[in-house]
Amino acid sequence: MSDSPSIDISTAEKMSRLANLKMSSEQLKEMSFTLTKVVQLFHSLSQVNTEGIEPLVTPVDIRLVLRSDLAKTNFSAEEMLSNAPEKTGNLFTVPPVV
Amino acid sequence: MYRGYEAVIGLEVHAQLKTNSKIFSSDPTNFEASDNQNTSPVSVGMPGALPVLNEQAVKLAVITGLALGCSIRTKSVFSRKNYFYPDLPKGYQISQYDEPICEHGHLEIQTETGPKTVRILRAHLEEDAGKSTHHGDFTLINYNRSGIPLLEIVSEPDLRTPAEAADYARTLRQVLQYVESCDGNLEEGSLRCDCNVSVRKAGESKLGTRVEIKNINSFRFIEKAIEYEIERQIDEIEAGRKIIQETRLYDPDKNRTFTMRTKEDAEDYRYFPDPDLLPLVITSSYIHEIRKALPTLPQDRCKVYIQHLGLSDYDAKVLTETRDLADYFEKTAQISQRPKEAANWIMNELLRELKNSSQKLSEIKISPSQLAELIELVEKGVISGKIAKAVFGECWSSGKNPHDIVNAQGLGLISDESALEAVIDRVLSSNEKSVNEYKAGKTKLLGFFVGAIMKETKGQASPEVVNKILSKKLNG
Repeated sequence: MSDSPSIDISTAEKMSRLANLKMSSEQLKEMSFTLTKVVQLFHSLSQVNTEGIEPLVTPVDIRLVLRSDLAKTNFSAEEMLSNAPEKTGNLFTVPPVV
Repeated sequence: MYRGYEAVIGLEVHAQLKTNSKIFSSDPTNFEASDNQNTSPVSVGMPGALPVLNEQAVKLAVITGLALGCSIRTKSVFSRKNYFYPDLPKGYQISQYDEPICEHGHLEIQTETGPKTVRILRAHLEEDAGKSTHHGDFTLINYNRSGIPLLEIVSEPDLRTPAEAADYARTLRQVLQYVESCDGNLEEGSLRCDCNVSVRKAGESKLGTRVEIKNINSFRFIEKAIEYEIERQIDEIEAGRKIIQETRLYDPDKNRTFTMRTKEDAEDYRYFPDPDLLPLVITSSYIHEIRKALPTLPQDRCKVYIQHLGLSDYDAKVLTETRDLADYFEKTAQISQRPKEAANWIMNELLRELKNSSQKLSEIKISPSQLAELIELVEKGVISGKIAKAVFGECWSSGKNPHDIVNAQGLGLISDESALEAVIDRVLSSNEKSVNEYKAGKTKLLGFFVGAIMKETKGQASPEVVNKILSKKLNG
C-alpha cells in the first residue's frame, strides 16, 4: 500500500457507477477530493501491526439466535405493494433494466 | 480436445434448500403462490427490517456439505454482496464470502473413461433474489423468490468436456435428492447452473480468460451451451482476438450464447460482514449427529449392489437412480433374500407399470413385502413365472396379497399326478396323428404336447410333473 492513498477521478467515477448514482464532473471532482481525505484519515489504521490477530466480525460476544422453520404469512401482497410508486396488478413496476 | 485446445470448465450450482419458510423470514416458499403473496418487510427490503436465520436452512446446508465430503466450518460469516438491480431490493444480497459454511469437498462422477473425482471448492448459504420480467418500457418484479434459501455449490475447474459438466450436474442433483436437501426441480428453478468456461492451448498450464454462462435450466443445455462456448472462444483466439471476461446468457432456441454484461470483479461487490447477523456458530457434536443420520449415497449403494449382491453395473445404476427406488429394492431383496430376482421384478415389471401409470413410487399399492412374497411363490414352485406376472398385475391394481390372489383364483400349480394324467390322456387321444409322428422320430413335437396341456390347464400344470408323465406315456 502506498503511503498516501488517494481516490482519483476515475475511481470516483467507477464508484458512482457501482452505486448507481449519476454525478456531474464537478461532483466527481469534489467526491475524489473528499474521499481522498477520508481514506487518508483511515490509512493511519494500516500502521497498526495486526499480525496473527483474527479479523473482528462483531465486537460483542453473543450467539446468533436461529428461527424454527415455520412458514407464516404476516402480510398480504396488497399491503406489501401499498408503498410502491407504480404497480401492475400485484407486481412492482420499475423502469426497464435491460 | 478441440482443434488443439483444451477446455477448462467449472460449475456453480444454486440449489434451493427444501424449507417451509425463507432463509431470513417466515414467508412461505411454495412455488405456486400468487404474485408477491410470499413477501414481508424483510424480503422486499424495507428499511429497518432485520433478518433472522432459519435453522433448517443451516441443517440442510450441513447435510449437503457432509454428503459432498466437505469440511464444515464451526464458525461461518454472512456478508453483504452489494450491487444494484431491482430484483434485489436491499441493494445487497446476503451471502457468505470468505468464511463459507462448507468447503473442500469432492464428488465422484462416471465418465466415458471411468470414474473421475471433481473437487468442490465451497458451498455457501445465501438468499435468492426476486424475479423480474421485462416488458420493453418497464420491468415487473415479483419478490416471492426473494429470500428463498440457496446453497451455492462451486466446483473447482476440474471438468474438461461438456459431457463431464452435464454428468457432474446430474450426479450432484442425485446427491441433493438423496439427502433430501433440494427437490432438484429444474423447471421450477430449484436447481440452477452457471458454467465457467475457458480454453487454453493443449499443454498450456496457465488458465485462459473465463466466461460465465448463466442460468441454464436443463442438463442437455449445459452440454450444448458449453459446446457452443468452447467453439466460440477458440474462433476468437484463432482470429487473433482476446476473450473478454464477461457473463453470457445461453439461448436454447438459437443454440448460442450472447453477452449479458461484462463481469464485475469480486472487489466491485464490496463484500463486508453483514452487521445485522452475527457469525453462525455450530458445534462439532451437531455436525457429528447429522453425519450419523446421513443416508447411504447412490455411489456407495451401487458398489454394494455390484460387489455383494451380484448385480450388473447397469442394474445397480438404474436401481440407485432415486433413493425411494433403492430403498424399495433393498427391502424387497432383504425380505425375499433373492436380490437378483428382486432386481429383475423391479426393473422389468415394476418400473414399466410405474412409467405407464405415471405414479410416484410412494403412491403405488404393491409393497416390497408383497413383491418378496410373489418372488417366493415362484421360487417355491407354487406358481409359474407366467402366472406370477398376472398375479403381479392384479397385486399392482388391487394391492391384495399375492398369496390371497393365488388362493382365491386357484392359480396354484397342479402337481396332482392323477389329475394331470387325465388331462394328458385327453390331449394325446385328440392328437393321435401327432403322437404317431412323435413315435416315428419327430421328437420336436414334445413342445407341442406340453403347450396343449398348459393351454388345457390355463398354465397351471406343474411343468416338472407334466414332463415326467408325458415322457412315460410317449416313450414308455
